[in-house]
Amino acid sequence: MVEKKAKKEQTPRSKMPEQAPEVRNKNFLEVPLGLTPEMAMTEASRCLQCKKPACVEGCPVSVDIPGFIARIADGDFNGAAVKLWERNALPAVCGRVCPQEIQCEGLCILGKKGDSVAIGYLERFAADFARENGTAELPKVAEKTGKKVAVIGSGPSGLTVAGDLIVKGHDVTIFEAFHQTGGVLVYGIPEFRLPKSIVASEVATLEKLGVNIETNSVVGATVTIDELFEEGYDAVYVGVGAGLPRFMNLPGENFIGVFSANEYLTRTNLMKAYRFPEYDTPVARGKNVVVLGAGNVAMDAARTAMRLGAESVKVVYRRSRAEMPARAEELHHAEEEGIEFILLTNPTRFFGDENGRLTGMECLKMELGEPDASGRRRPVAVAGSEYTIECDLVVVSVGAQPNPLLTNATPDITLNRWGNIEADPATGKTTKKGVWAGGDIVTGMATVILAMGAGREAADSIHDYLTLGW
Amino acid sequence: MFEIVNREEMAQGTIVLNEIDAPRIARKAKPGQFVILQANEKGERIPLTMADVDPEKGTITIIYMIVGKSTKVFGSMQVGENYYAVIGPLGKATHIEKRGKVVCVGGGTGIAVLHPITRALKEAGNEVTTILGSRNKDLLILEDKMTSASHHLHICTDDGSRGHHGFVTDVLKDILAKEKIDLVVAIGPVPMMKFVSMITKEKGVETLVSLNPIMVDGTGMCGGCRVSVGGTTKFACVDGPEFDGHAVDYDELSKRLTAYQADEKISLEECKQNI
Ligand SMILES: Cc1cc2nc3c(=O)[nH]c(=O)nc-3n(C[C@H](O)[C@H](O)[C@H](O)COP(=O)(O)OP(=O)(O)OC[C@H]3O[C@@H](n4cnc5c(N)ncnc54)[C@H](O)[C@@H]3O)c2cc1C
Ligand SMILES: Cc1cc2nc3c(=O)[nH]c(=O)nc-3n(C[C@H](O)[C@H](O)[C@H](O)COP(=O)(O)OP(=O)(O)OC[C@H]3O[C@@H](n4cnc5c(N)ncnc54)[C@H](O)[C@@H]3O)c2cc1C
Ligand code: SF4
Ligand code: SF4
Ligand code: FES
Ligand SMILES: [Mg+2]
Repeated sequence: MVEKKAKKEQTPRSKMPEQAPEVRNKNFLEVPLGLTPEMAMTEASRCLQCKKPACVEGCPVSVDIPGFIARIADGDFNGAAVKLWERNALPAVCGRVCPQEIQCEGLCILGKKGDSVAIGYLERFAADFARENGTAELPKVAEKTGKKVAVIGSGPSGLTVAGDLIVKGHDVTIFEAFHQTGGVLVYGIPEFRLPKSIVASEVATLEKLGVNIETNSVVGATVTIDELFEEGYDAVYVGVGAGLPRFMNLPGENFIGVFSANEYLTRTNLMKAYRFPEYDTPVARGKNVVVLGAGNVAMDAARTAMRLGAESVKVVYRRSRAEMPARAEELHHAEEEGIEFILLTNPTRFFGDENGRLTGMECLKMELGEPDASGRRRPVAVAGSEYTIECDLVVVSVGAQPNPLLTNATPDITLNRWGNIEADPATGKTTKKGVWAGGDIVTGMATVILAMGAGREAADSIHDYLTLGW
Repeated sequence: MFEIVNREEMAQGTIVLNEIDAPRIARKAKPGQFVILQANEKGERIPLTMADVDPEKGTITIIYMIVGKSTKVFGSMQVGENYYAVIGPLGKATHIEKRGKVVCVGGGTGIAVLHPITRALKEAGNEVTTILGSRNKDLLILEDKMTSASHHLHICTDDGSRGHHGFVTDVLKDILAKEKIDLVVAIGPVPMMKFVSMITKEKGVETLVSLNPIMVDGTGMCGGCRVSVGGTTKFACVDGPEFDGHAVDYDELSKRLTAYQADEKISLEECKQNI
């Protein structure tokens, strides 16, 4: 046993095959290519099958990690996928976008001395295998209950609720504002990080199970929640995300060339502007691009700009490298692709020409001062350190807020002071009878897996309500 | 899904009307609101104001000028064909109330946008004077409907082929010199709205304009439709599209409308070759 353990620790962590940086920064194809079955089995064999698996503690939805990994090690890839689905409706997505290094992999025991098990890669492998081979069985749908549920928003949280409730026998209709389903998974996260065909296949599965989808329906404008109740819906789940962009309110922010990440990414991903003029929607292609912010959104914008033909792409961030909130893999990929990080720097204003087009940006250097409320050392401006960065495209990626369109039209749902919906953390119940909420609209912009976790709890609570009462 | 049930050409085919089956939208739409349409999966999302709605029949009507690729594709669609997406009603509805004497000023396809507002203002008990402008008599649209939606109607053409030879602002100035006007509503090309607002500002007459910046989603999520009003940034799709005409930065709006001009040319060329 001791010997076996030592051997496992010697097997190096599998390296994900990837497109080379200088090739991939010119195309929109997915960067990591996926493990081969052999690689996956070798990687799976590294797992110690811990009795008290620390990794599971790190997963927000408590995936049975040793359980699915054991099946991969045995070559039972479909079995692994089925195991994953018990807790996670979108493993092909989570395997790609979860910040594993601070969740499951961050707590893996092997990570203490060496490299943690590549849980994310394995999750992705099993889910991709089941999808591509079409071998996994659809879950059985319970006998129809005759109850109707409206799910508003088709991001990861809404999709989870829809999937859980259709299987429990309720009728489910998803109302989505856009012409396509998937939320941030389709309009925000780029193709090179999450192929849209994966999201489409997940949605197709839901439709096969009987979920109705009404796209082009902005709830609050096209129809209100109260009208949905009048139409016979028994319960409503609100999963509308945190879709409002935040700007910095700096002078010159309305010059042509300053975009929100939402606009830049929506044009590129949802509207497929990277294939203009085959697709009709244009997107600005900058030569010298600056991205403000350092989260996943910022990395996506920066890497998109590179692929759209930029000569230089700079990420400007007011704190230091250690505080950059993006996933480790995204930071790493971005740097490999030639993106520069300009740290401890904050923009103060934008410059433009007589045609209203952006020509540059003034910045101030920062230094780290005392820790702030979040425990991170607060950046303080260095007096007199102003300098100019020449740029023709700036993407502002400094966060998002809840969109008040739906909540303004539903005054009996209580909001917190940031405009997020107040929902019971255990059940997702809002202050309005028959209405649940979860995901980014409740928490502010968080992660795919947290949005799905909230969806699952709400689905359980909605099921209780439909069978037992509020 | 969103079937074209009626189609008309106006102004020698440069302007097209579509009546579209969209029952949910028709039930909720109010004057001043717009929809976003996509002709097909590869199409752009194009904002157009609803020129009319029929809640019983479940249809909405749009009237648009063919200016580029997307409107050209819209214009080529026939009765029985479907729009891939129609989203709405979007934007704030016009605040309609009895103010007294109102002047409505419309130019180009702005007249289509102005029509439901004018009609509602008249129904609300206002005395409505309308001034319509176009380049020449053949490009003038909705004259009949605007006549019945108003108490008094003036027509101006740039070339003098109908009505007053000159700009809508000439007629507006005359009216403001003679009467006390309580509200002016101006909808049309940006320069028209700018000059109308300059004149009414001098006279201190409240003025409403409807802005048309470049939009994507129309729900407040992209910020592409930013306009400066009274020194603060507004999102025209949710905070507007109507604003206090005296506070709008028209020059910024005009510039922002040129953001994609180079690409729009490419799009149009490519589409001409394919037809
Ligand atoms: C660019 C980007 C990159 C990201 N990268 C990562 C990552 O790598 N890893 C990670 O874990 N998380 C990442 N996130 C965060 C993650 O995507 C979100 O936390 C998650 O998508 C939230 O899910 P949701 O279901 O709450 O909402 P969303 O995904 O935002 O979906 C909400 C849906 O509701 C629709 N909607 C909004 N209003 C209405 C209405 N009134 N009526 C009908 N429909 C409406 C929207 O159109 C949208 O489709 C990223 C986010 C962005 C923007
Ligand atoms: C709220 C609103 C209501 C409108 N109502 C009407 C209407 O009732 N009738 C009408 O004829 N026109 C209306 N417009 C203008 C109409 O949207 C544009 O003419 C149309 O988008 C042009 O698209 P295109 O591809 O045919 O032309 P392009 O050649 O692509 O563009 C021509 C010009 O139109 C503007 N434009 C381009 N794309 C957009 C976009 N996505 N959103 C807004 N403007 C754009 C730009 O200034 C551009 O230079 C409205 C615009 C807004 C914002
Ligand atoms: S869902 Fe995310 S956190 Fe949980 S095991 Fe999978 S990759 Fe790790
Ligand atoms: S902590 Fe690491 S080694 Fe232990 S079960 Fe989890 S993945 Fe396997
Ligand atoms: S059109 Fe996107 S915010 Fe107004
Ligand atoms: Mg166009």
